[in-house]
Amino acid sequence: MIQIFGIPIQALMGQILLGLVNGSFYAVLSLGLAVIFGLLNVINFAHGAFFMLGAFFAWMGLHYLGVSYWVMLLVSPLLVGVAGIILERGLLRHLYQLDHLYGLLLTFGVVLLMEGFFRSIYGVSGLPYPVPSALQGGIDLGFMYLPIYRLWVVVVSLALCLGVWLLVEKTQLGALLRAATSNPKLVEAFGINVPLIVTLTFGCGVAMAGFVGVLAAPIMQVSPSMGANLIVVVFAVVVIGGMGSILGSIVTGLGLGVLEGLTKVYWPEAANTVVFMIMVIVLVLRPAGLFGKQA
Amino acid sequence: MTTPMLEISDLHAWYGEAHVLHGVNFQVHQGEVVTLLGRNGAGRTTTLRAVFGLLNRREGSIRIGGQEVIDWPAYQIAHLGLGYCPEERGIFPGLTCEENLLLPRKLRVQGGQAMSLDEIYQLFPNLHERRYSPGTRLSGGEQQMLAVARILRTGAGLLLLDEISEGLAPVIVQALAHLIRMLKERGFTIVMVEQNFHFAASLADRFYVMEHGRIVREVLASELSEQQAMLDELLGV
Repeated sequence: MIQIFGIPIQALMGQILLGLVNGSFYAVLSLGLAVIFGLLNVINFAHGAFFMLGAFFAWMGLHYLGVSYWVMLLVSPLLVGVAGIILERGLLRHLYQLDHLYGLLLTFGVVLLMEGFFRSIYGVSGLPYPVPSALQGGIDLGFMYLPIYRLWVVVVSLALCLGVWLLVEKTQLGALLRAATSNPKLVEAFGINVPLIVTLTFGCGVAMAGFVGVLAAPIMQVSPSMGANLIVVVFAVVVIGGMGSILGSIVTGLGLGVLEGLTKVYWPEAANTVVFMIMVIVLVLRPAGLFGKQA
Repeated sequence: MTTPMLEISDLHAWYGEAHVLHGVNFQVHQGEVVTLLGRNGAGRTTTLRAVFGLLNRREGSIRIGGQEVIDWPAYQIAHLGLGYCPEERGIFPGLTCEENLLLPRKLRVQGGQAMSLDEIYQLFPNLHERRYSPGTRLSGGEQQMLAVARILRTGAGLLLLDEISEGLAPVIVQALAHLIRMLKERGFTIVMVEQNFHFAASLADRFYVMEHGRIVREVLASELSEQQAMLDELLGV
């Protein structure tokens, strides 16, 4: 059997794949956070709760209405986006004049409310969600067994990241977003409805979290705390990549996912903390993050 | 008499807690070039920002073509045909020259005289040459040309220009003066805030002098020479 540094290649590849899957979740979630922070200056602590909401909508669709995974992959992010728009218009909007901290506290409160609500109805033990039939099974690559669903998650997440990056960096609409991020008042003076752009951006950002929630449902158990476990790492990813940097979020998310996977193989005890150790080092050496602009 | 293009009455404005404008009154008519003069901190830039609704608190009256806009959200005001060239040019970092140029929307105004991108590039060949460069990599003069050019595309007929000559080489200032004259000939109405008195003196039809958040004098271009001593004193030249 082939071994790399004393580890069988199957185990190594398996963990790298697992790392890529987690990294895909980190990438899309931190991308949404980055876009929202860039435009709204709000640290959206509720991002993980919207991820959980996306997974629950998928589960509810299937369980109560018999709606398939594929339909919910579209409908669930839409519903999550609408929930986000209600949050932005109803509550967040009133805090823009204040310090970042207030937005953080408000969204933290929203997390507690949303998690508490789902916990009271569905309990804390996870609900299973089946892998859709078209994506069941796997491919035997000889050196490892590749589950099709995990491959799908990685591919579709990367496609989404690439799409968002192209939209923001290469289109005139993206130019508008970038301009509104750096000087919203001036953009408004040019006759552009910035408050509407802000609302839609928040909606799209959390809809992406909802989308990943649906993707994650067959891999993780659908549970009220699924977002909370992930979002702490995602915040570390955002800090490491650089607050507000889109490319930084994508690269750092994937990279740290894989690194976490490799740590599980070579130093299992450190797997849960490696991301945070890197965060500490990055904060000391490059406080603006790897891809952030130094202030 | 026709309705003024811009009519400001008893305008008060605040930056946070600081009360900056204390009842500003002035009018600008179609086709005029009017300059706001004054020392730093007199409230000239604040007056322009207040017109666009960029301050958190403003009171009084601002009429654009007879329409009261004091309670309007900022993004609707430009659509009455206003173009804004802010202090320090406001070129967006992270956007190319052309992205900066294309950013302001075409306004919904009637009878505007929007220039096409081709016309603008003919007028400003440097911007065409550097259209893919990041906006903030342009020279100061090019950035200033870009800041003016991008509001000519929108169809705005009333241009508010804040210190466009500031910090630029004399040859560029001359080019800007030439541009302002051309815009006046084409029928644009222009309100300028200027520190450079000589630049403004050759261009404006009327001058308002501001002090402590109020208009304290109105001077016609024809009266400039006889009022020079008073202006020197007020402006601390």
